[in-house]
Amino acid sequence: MQPLVENLRYAELLRRRAFLGHSALGFGASALGTLLSQNALGWTANDDSRNKLPHHPPRVKRVIFLYMSGGPSHLETFDYKPELARLNDQPMPESFTAGQPIAQLQGQKLKCLGPQFKFSRCGKSGQEIADILPYTQKVADDICIIRSMQTDQINHDPAHTLMNTGTSISGRPSMGSWINYGLGSECENLPGFIVLTSLGGRNPQPISQRQWGSGFLPGEYQGVEFYSKGDAVHYIQNPAGTNRDQQLSLIESVNHLNRLSPLAADDPQTSARIAQLEMAFKMQSSVPELMDISDETPETLAGYGCQGADGSFGYNCLLARRLAERGVRFIQLYHRDWDHHGDLVHYMNICCGLCDRPSAFLIDDLRQRGLLEDTLIIWGGEFGRTPMFQGKGKTAGRDHHIKGFSMWLAGGPIRGGMSYGETDELGYNAVKDPVHVRDLHATILHLLGIDHERFTVPYQGLDLRLTGVEPARVLHNVLTT
Amino acid sequence: MRNTPYTQHIHRGVETLRLIPLFHPQYAIVCNAIVFCWMSMHILLAHSIFGQNISKANQEKLSFNRDIRPLLADRCFACHGPDANKRAAELRLDVPLDSTMQERKIIVAAQPEASELVNRIESHAPEFTMPPPDSGKELSPVERELLKEWIRQGATYEDHWSWAPLNRPIQPAVEDHATGPFSTNPIDAFLTAQSLAPSVLNRSPAEPYTLLRRLCFDLTGLPPAAADLDWLSQQIEISRVTPNSFAGDSIDWNSLIDRKLASPAFGERMAIWWLDLVRYADTVGYHGDQEHHAAPYRDWVIRAFNDNLPFNTFSEFQLAGDLIPDAGELGKIASAYNRLLQTSHEGGVQPKEYLAKYSADRVRNFSQVWLGLTVGCAECHDHKFDPITQREFYQLAAFFADLDETQTFKGGDTSPTKRFPEMDVTSPLDGSTKMRVMVSSSIEPRVIRVLPRGNWLDESGDIVQPQVPEILSNSEARLSRTTRLDLARWLFEENQALTARVTVNRVWALFFGRGLSTSLEDYGSQGTPPSHPELLDWLASEWIASGWDIKQLVRMIVQSDAYRRSTPFAQIDHSFGSRDQAVPFEAYLYQTPRRLPAESLRDSMLQHAGLIDFRRGGPPVRPYQPDGYYSHLNFPPRSYTASLGGDQYRRGVYTHWQRQFLHPMLKNFDAPSREECTARRNLSNTPTQMLVLLNDPSLVEAARAFAWSTWIRFDPNTEQLPRRIAEQLWLLALSRPASDAELEVLLALYQKQIAIFREHPEERNTFLKTGQWQIPHFDTLSEERRNEVAAWGFVARSLFMLNESITLY
Repeated sequence: MQPLVENLRYAELLRRRAFLGHSALGFGASALGTLLSQNALGWTANDDSRNKLPHHPPRVKRVIFLYMSGGPSHLETFDYKPELARLNDQPMPESFTAGQPIAQLQGQKLKCLGPQFKFSRCGKSGQEIADILPYTQKVADDICIIRSMQTDQINHDPAHTLMNTGTSISGRPSMGSWINYGLGSECENLPGFIVLTSLGGRNPQPISQRQWGSGFLPGEYQGVEFYSKGDAVHYIQNPAGTNRDQQLSLIESVNHLNRLSPLAADDPQTSARIAQLEMAFKMQSSVPELMDISDETPETLAGYGCQGADGSFGYNCLLARRLAERGVRFIQLYHRDWDHHGDLVHYMNICCGLCDRPSAFLIDDLRQRGLLEDTLIIWGGEFGRTPMFQGKGKTAGRDHHIKGFSMWLAGGPIRGGMSYGETDELGYNAVKDPVHVRDLHATILHLLGIDHERFTVPYQGLDLRLTGVEPARVLHNVLTT
Repeated sequence: MRNTPYTQHIHRGVETLRLIPLFHPQYAIVCNAIVFCWMSMHILLAHSIFGQNISKANQEKLSFNRDIRPLLADRCFACHGPDANKRAAELRLDVPLDSTMQERKIIVAAQPEASELVNRIESHAPEFTMPPPDSGKELSPVERELLKEWIRQGATYEDHWSWAPLNRPIQPAVEDHATGPFSTNPIDAFLTAQSLAPSVLNRSPAEPYTLLRRLCFDLTGLPPAAADLDWLSQQIEISRVTPNSFAGDSIDWNSLIDRKLASPAFGERMAIWWLDLVRYADTVGYHGDQEHHAAPYRDWVIRAFNDNLPFNTFSEFQLAGDLIPDAGELGKIASAYNRLLQTSHEGGVQPKEYLAKYSADRVRNFSQVWLGLTVGCAECHDHKFDPITQREFYQLAAFFADLDETQTFKGGDTSPTKRFPEMDVTSPLDGSTKMRVMVSSSIEPRVIRVLPRGNWLDESGDIVQPQVPEILSNSEARLSRTTRLDLARWLFEENQALTARVTVNRVWALFFGRGLSTSLEDYGSQGTPPSHPELLDWLASEWIASGWDIKQLVRMIVQSDAYRRSTPFAQIDHSFGSRDQAVPFEAYLYQTPRRLPAESLRDSMLQHAGLIDFRRGGPPVRPYQPDGYYSHLNFPPRSYTASLGGDQYRRGVYTHWQRQFLHPMLKNFDAPSREECTARRNLSNTPTQMLVLLNDPSLVEAARAFAWSTWIRFDPNTEQLPRRIAEQLWLLALSRPASDAELEVLLALYQKQIAIFREHPEERNTFLKTGQWQIPHFDTLSEERRNEVAAWGFVARSLFMLNESITLY
């Protein structure tokens, strides 16, 4: 008989093997896993909080995040401020700005810049949306506008990192990685987290791979970049001068040899490698099939406003729908042109011209195909823009702004046609129902059946979670019951 | 079951175990024996667990550090730990109870039934029980039992193991050893002494070819060269040991070890480990991710390992080389360490905010690299689990406040950035070209304040002076302001055991795939206590006594019997997410299979191809990369031009390290972005890795060069030519002779491919011309000879993709 302490450790180890599947013993451990059921011994599962997922019935299966990188102005899109119009060109009241962080306007005189576009009340709900977004106006009853977003980071790079990973410190998993780690993929021949980037507009914001990285989670869960021009995925093409038959015979030989290896044959990593090699081979046909949009109708292409595979945001929205159909869990589309320190009107016309129609059509298209009810769509950037004027360019612009900005949500149980939260009369501070980035994260996880407080991974001595250490809340008010 | 990659693996794993006949008869016997033993143990354990004996506690002495602290830290410290601001009921459990708490009978030594703590953990009343239900933490019955047993035994506290004073343990005397020949290496004595059931769990020694491969990769990051394979076959001949036997102990491994330790490739291998820790990269990391000047620092690290610079000097040079009068130019280059952090050159950064970010970054990295502690947690509040206060975080930051950052915010969107202070040094490649490097330069220290909740806008916090955390302090207070050099020297003062333990443990992990303490990034109370504390302390003492001699430490480890054991077929995932308590069960499986690091994967293929260029140092090099990979970068837009000539085939350690878009082959195989400290790399297993192995032009080029250079050495009239070539390719790629069955597969692949290439001469020529390297006198080769090379190219591709090729067993 082993001494008590040793017994406990052995049992703990075996439990972990059985439940985490770290075992290579196959049937031996599985049988033991059944023996050592959680109830029998009351083991707590501190190590792997995935064991208890989902925590509650999920209300969506997947997420499409339309990420407007650079920080779109809330004051020209979703947050109408007549008082700001009245104060146009007047000094910005110091009561708003004293002691506040500031980016490019450091050391400059601060004056108000009124809204640059007209707003209209739209749909049955009468939501106020700027006229520069005519297609979004038409889906006003489908979207929930959050007018009280807040973030902590005033420069692009750390603000992106906060929006995607919950902290501005590099090295944490992005939300798509968290979600795939927690829930797994529903797709057999594509990665569960796919990122697409669109061009068009102006000198674009850089965007780091960190934004879809898996941080300390295994690389299985990182976002995979798909390219709408050239090879859709790196190394997806057979080597020059070789064909699919050759590739297949190569793969068969490799897997045969893997199974013969006296050292590797019984290593579970080998079995995994064999599976991944087969998956890679499948991707070599599933990816071209995904990218081939010849089966789409002219109406659909027109709806997205794309001219075939043109790399536009519209084309990427179409691909997002195709990815959703194939069960990809987290789809993120970056449009990188929303940083308008100057020439705001000019660039807003361009960006809205590129993004408005496809974003709205995506809602319609998903609904038509029965996918809207289990897809969450998120539209927005890493922050908003100052109510203050910035003069970088031929005409007026706005600087980065973190104390109040807008995003919208649609799909699943999101209550369309409602606005949530408010900024003050100048659009500076979120004053009613402020929504921090971590609240958005908590809500996304909630919709997927995950309690953000119980979904943790031990790392560096902490039980880390996407929403971090500060309290975060689920926005129940924006959800149908 | 949920369809995660993990569960997929398990299903497949089970399938493989059941369906695939074990090929190697001798191996099969061993495996079956082990399976049998495992299963017997399961039954035995199941009995002991389900029996009623748990409460009849065995009288084995519990250790606070090993058995209790991890439990309390995880379940209790958040509210009853070091963080004074979050402490509930004024109770702290990380240190012995104060008199008030003793009076309140929270813990009564030897009397669990009289202890309030026990009442609380055993209560079912939601408002009374501990941990509180809303904390999401629970104690299992066995864990409650452990706590009670600890109190019964007297509730003794111990200093935390990693910073407790270091007393050199006495090497145990070991009389017997059940399996295989036994060395007198002290490491083995410690391991065996602590072994519970060595006859069951100790592994047989690795086969000679396996061990050769392990030693070569572990010491140089490179596979055995043809000369190493020849050496081994001679050794085997001499000792008349058959290559497939499990013996082979008369082989003169020490001579091989000495050769490899003396090879300049040793420094390149060790540098990868160190560069991950100090987050060395060639770009700034934030926003525009512009290039910065750091390569001479990387070369200095490689050289320092090769020159076997003692670890204390190595560290002092990096932290404060600019302050050491006789350190000269090398000291300045080494001091680039302080400049490696991520910086931003984005328009609109607020200097005060970014000085605070940089300051915190330096504290995080310093404390992770040398102390193995997550001091970064104390930026906004006292540490939750370790006795490090927020004030101490800023006191550490104050050590770095003298670094000249006056130029930091002047650079614009240019690449490379200008980040003065910089200096020119001579490139090691040609001895004349100038290279730039950022260096440390000391000026009047900035004022460092405690930032309440880490908020840089809040100036109400106290001004602090440089000081090391109290828990680790062993020095008298000094009158004058202490410097970075004082900090560096403090790491190596007598009775300062933490640095030695942290580093020894990490070096151990380089050669075993796991540390004696498995949490390589956290040696605080939430970290994993070492499975063999005496061994770890002995190694640390020995290392200090040797004068922090790194090569000697490595030699000691790889000369151990434990290092030479065969790997179990059961690979255990330690890459992340496990917070094990000491787990002796696993610890006896000394060697676990380890997938090669990304750089070694690349280097090994280039070496097989004969393309590898062993020149050392110099500016970063650029392997082929997919078009458009840098299209997400801007300010300024970046283009990528693959290096030409020998630079295309340099070792992976010299690859241009773009933090935001690391070379996709390296990234796919888990090389870190080096934005933050990486103490262990993930080991993922992904389809995109397989796409790299299948289709990356670097690998295709290496495969055809490998095929051609092997093929060309054979006389076309050689008897059984295809078989001979296949044998040779296999031997070089896998570092062992192929079995007949394996050769059959290779030959079948060869025949299939040559038949296809015969039908497609144009495509064949395209395939044979992939990459910059071209087959000499290609035009003079007959059609059939070309078909042969191309078909062998496919065989070589298959060899590069095998799990055995990319894994150390």
